Amino acid sequence: MRMQPNAQFDGRPIPEGSAATAIELSEASVTFGRGDRAVPALSKTTLKIADGEFVALVGPSGCGKSTILRLVSGLVQPTSGVVIVGGREVAARAMRVGMAFQNPTMLPWMTIERNIMLPLKIVEPFRSNYRRLRKTEFRDKANALLEQVGLKGFGNRYPWQLSGGMLQRANLCRALIHEPRMLLLDEPFGALDQFTREELWAILQTLWITHKPTVLLVTHDLREAGFLASRICVMSARPGRILDDSRVAYARPRTVAMTFEPDFVALNQKLRAFIEDARSAVDQGAG
Amino acid sequence: MFGIDIRQKAWSAGLIVLFFVAWELFCLMTGMSDLVLPRPSQVFVTLVQRFPVLWPHIVQTLATTMFGFVLGVAFGVALGAIIGVSKTAYDTCYPLLIGFSSIPKVAVVPIFVLWFGSGTVPAVLTALSICFFPIVVNIATGLATTEPELEDVLKALGASKLDILWNVGLPRTMPFFFASLKVAISYAFVGAVLSETVASNRGIGNVMMTASSNFNVPLVFAGLFVLAGLGVALYVVFSLIEGQVTGWATRKNDVIAT
Repeated sequence: MRMQPNAQFDGRPIPEGSAATAIELSEASVTFGRGDRAVPALSKTTLKIADGEFVALVGPSGCGKSTILRLVSGLVQPTSGVVIVGGREVAARAMRVGMAFQNPTMLPWMTIERNIMLPLKIVEPFRSNYRRLRKTEFRDKANALLEQVGLKGFGNRYPWQLSGGMLQRANLCRALIHEPRMLLLDEPFGALDQFTREELWAILQTLWITHKPTVLLVTHDLREAGFLASRICVMSARPGRILDDSRVAYARPRTVAMTFEPDFVALNQKLRAFIEDARSAVDQGAG
Repeated sequence: MFGIDIRQKAWSAGLIVLFFVAWELFCLMTGMSDLVLPRPSQVFVTLVQRFPVLWPHIVQTLATTMFGFVLGVAFGVALGAIIGVSKTAYDTCYPLLIGFSSIPKVAVVPIFVLWFGSGTVPAVLTALSICFFPIVVNIATGLATTEPELEDVLKALGASKLDILWNVGLPRTMPFFFASLKVAISYAFVGAVLSETVASNRGIGNVMMTASSNFNVPLVFAGLFVLAGLGVALYVVFSLIEGQVTGWATRKNDVIAT
């Protein structure tokens, strides 16, 4: 990656009160269904994320990580407790955040650049200017993003002409095109091979450094969490709670080589231990 | 790929020719009376000779078919969109729809005749009612298969249901829609002819009825050939339109770049 070291992002903890709070969950619980069939997905979770922070959520499967993302994006309402995003309580309205899932869901009948421009058709102020600017300013914007993720010249291709890794890069571009203050990623690289995944870590890191959105990343991959995040939250098994909240103090830009250093491995092992405990707690509970 | 395609077409054409030759030979060898099964050559001769008489009937059948088809598409798309978007509407309407679609349409023609008299109107309505269901089902299926992740991405941006329907749902439905059009046009054609046969004084269906009561069997078969020809022609037209509009759905077989 061509990248200048950036002293600003050294991964040190941001002192309390120095940055505005982007996301705040206070005692937020989510229960799906009612009565006997109620399934608690998240129990009394409190989490505070500062503006511009990169937070990774890790934990055993089905522990409510994705529920936190859905809470923050406004797709799900808390059953109890409060969720504040960007200084406002998340009500019935959507938060206009950028989202990306494991499945890139590019629309097969549109070119990549048209796919990336899709959020501009929805979100104001772009929406009212879409017809006028789609062939000029907006297209340039899409292609500038494509260039940043290494897909220069692929804008007029169709999704079926791209590999899985390329589609996932395009997916990141689509999540960022409308300049969201917040990027919510749900296991975005889960379906990719190891090398492509590592390549995309670096790309996502660059995107974060250039655009500085608040990022909430749900992942199963502890190396991924350590490489990308400035903070890692470990969640317990369902119903989820936050067990541990660690800072990752590595200078940026980080490299894949860093993930093999002893203290990175130690951090990984510490997180592993938490998740293993959470998993065995479930097994005992079930037995 | 191209070579296989040509060979495939040659086989198909060969089979058609073989079918007619076998038919002709069968009639010649068994000395079959043309009151029972005329030879294809006789049918062709009748077709050519009687074409000026047949022509207005062809136009009539084609017009009723197309009219019923257009109305069927309009209703089908509207209803399909409603039940495809809303799960509640889907669950509520489906049993009734299945009930309607399982009624044999021949049974409905007398009712249409009772209401509207014989002629063009019942033919149009029969065509409509028979071609309507494949469209409803396909539109609803197309809309219901929108990826939930993409829906979440758009909802998180503040997209309304209408935004999602317009940008994602409807375009995604297009391959299903055009596939259903091919089926629906054939159905509409069947419906129109059916109604003409039962209650009309115009159209190919009526010509065949009249001819058979006069024991003009070659003319009955000429009518059959015309119907087959029209059916294939309509199918081809809609296949071509489908290929033009929804090429993206089948283009996966082409070269994958990089």
